[in-house]
Amino acid sequence: MSQSKSVLGKPGLLKRMHENRTGKTSQSKRYTRSKAGNTLYVTFLTAFGLFSILPLIYCIATSFKPLDELMIFPPSFFVKRPTFQNYLALPGLLSNLRVPLSRYIFNSFFVSAVTTFLYVFVSALAAFVLTKSPLKSRRGIFTVVQYALLFNTYTLAIPQYLIFSYMGIIDTYWAYILPHIATTMGVFLMKQYIEGSVPDAIMEAAKIDGANPYRIFAQIVVPMVKPCIMTLTLFGFRDVWSALPNGTIFDESLKTLPAVMTQINAGGIARSGSAMAVTVIMMIPPIIVYMVSQSNVIESMNSAGIK
Amino acid sequence: MIRSKGGARSGIEVSFRERIPYYVMLAPFLLFFVLFIVIPMAASVVLSFFEFDMVSLPVFTGFSNFFRMLFDDAIFVRTLKNTLILAVITGPAGFLLSFVLAWFLNEFKPIVRTVLSFMFYCPALIGNAYYIWQVAFSSDSYGYINSWLLSIGLITEPVQWLKDADYVMPIIIAVQLWMSMGVSFLANISGLQNVDSEMYEAGAIDGIRNRWQELWYITLPSMQHMLLFSAVMQIASSFSISQLPITLAGYPSVGNRVDTIVSYLADAGTVRYEMGYASAISVLLFLIMIVVRIVVGKLINKIGK
Repeated sequence: MSQSKSVLGKPGLLKRMHENRTGKTSQSKRYTRSKAGNTLYVTFLTAFGLFSILPLIYCIATSFKPLDELMIFPPSFFVKRPTFQNYLALPGLLSNLRVPLSRYIFNSFFVSAVTTFLYVFVSALAAFVLTKSPLKSRRGIFTVVQYALLFNTYTLAIPQYLIFSYMGIIDTYWAYILPHIATTMGVFLMKQYIEGSVPDAIMEAAKIDGANPYRIFAQIVVPMVKPCIMTLTLFGFRDVWSALPNGTIFDESLKTLPAVMTQINAGGIARSGSAMAVTVIMMIPPIIVYMVSQSNVIESMNSAGIK
Repeated sequence: MIRSKGGARSGIEVSFRERIPYYVMLAPFLLFFVLFIVIPMAASVVLSFFEFDMVSLPVFTGFSNFFRMLFDDAIFVRTLKNTLILAVITGPAGFLLSFVLAWFLNEFKPIVRTVLSFMFYCPALIGNAYYIWQVAFSSDSYGYINSWLLSIGLITEPVQWLKDADYVMPIIIAVQLWMSMGVSFLANISGLQNVDSEMYEAGAIDGIRNRWQELWYITLPSMQHMLLFSAVMQIASSFSISQLPITLAGYPSVGNRVDTIVSYLADAGTVRYEMGYASAISVLLFLIMIVVRIVVGKLINKIGK
């Protein structure tokens, strides 16, 4: 039960650590867990994982339940006689929408893609300046950003609404995009990541080589913070994808898929199976973004060990 | 501005021309941050000294909103207490859990790691996943937990879980922790890769003897920035809990057991149209959170020392 049994990741690193310890210090035993400890550990992780994945299983199982099974007693968590009828009913339900479904789908993907891109880009630029620039005001600005994160958003809503309407962005795509760009969490996360991963020495070296700040950002900082960019892309996408604009979008042809969900949910218990089917379909894009972004994060984790 | 002359000063003093690119890069964020966050925040702070019902003009009342909430509003004091209980328990526990699980995952093969982290992140990835607990704790015999306990004979009639003053707080705490593998968890996962592998090797040579020492002397100090981030996010989320208890236990909850400050201020603003009072409450909450943030920042600086 040592590192040679490769339950442990980071093969390159651990192999080297193993060699180090067995070869030079002969302390390899102390780094590992006992067999009982290992069993406990894996059991805990699996149990926690299964517990966490409950809502996903519940949604998927419910979306395949026939109507009578949705109301039986005692309630069953899993589906007994799976059916596609909830999914097959969707085209009929969706044909009654006020604007064609394709319009909502386009809006959702368009708004999510543009907002996520701008959010990540603008946050990364600002975080770079707040971390590595010679501006004297950067510490002060960062303090304000960080504390602003703590202010409860509820009482901000009315002044924000007044500002939106003064700018004339109510009922435009900007009402989705611009408020997200101001989200302080992205700048905070990116700034902390740059602090931990981009050494000042690299900045100095680039400056001596004559690189201007734009090039330093694009060619040195961005590649180094790729895991953080990936994670932030996921956060941005997840938030925009499920956002239901609160009183800033009235034009039906500008609404996104969450608005469709609200319309189907309004159909009551008889449609609860179909509502769950829509929920399941709506989960697919965030899950894909999750898989792509996190496999990238983990990939770069491994290459970091090789360097 | 004059260009810096001496070699000693270069790198500290930078000419205005050299600073322009930095201003350009900061501008887009700063513009919208000031417009959508700083100005509304300032408006909210100003409003906390007024009485404002959203119909007639605001009337300046000095500190009376603050006096009212602290000395003349038993429900506010109750919600303050609930919020502190929730924050003191779920804040640190969520922080530890999201670090410990990220750290555990770090030693698995990439594929196992991706699958497990997906499972942990699931409640946060699926928005409003907590409503599943509403179904589970439903008070009639159709609730999963009641129907299961009835079937094995532990109870003889359905328990009103979310309407029982004794059960409701522990349930809210448990569900909040269940949802806490969110932003901080993934930030920790990405932060763990910043730890330089050579540090581990150097540590092994310098006499680090077990994984706990490795954690304390190498991993944690290398992750200090990310830990501060996840601590601040935990403060922000644990002091702002409101949607979860409102969905599960309703507002007002039984005996006001799980009504939080944020639920209360939303009620004051939306139902009672007391915007000035709601603003004052959010200003007080903000001050409490700033104090906690400063204390937590000092604690995190002690890591690895």
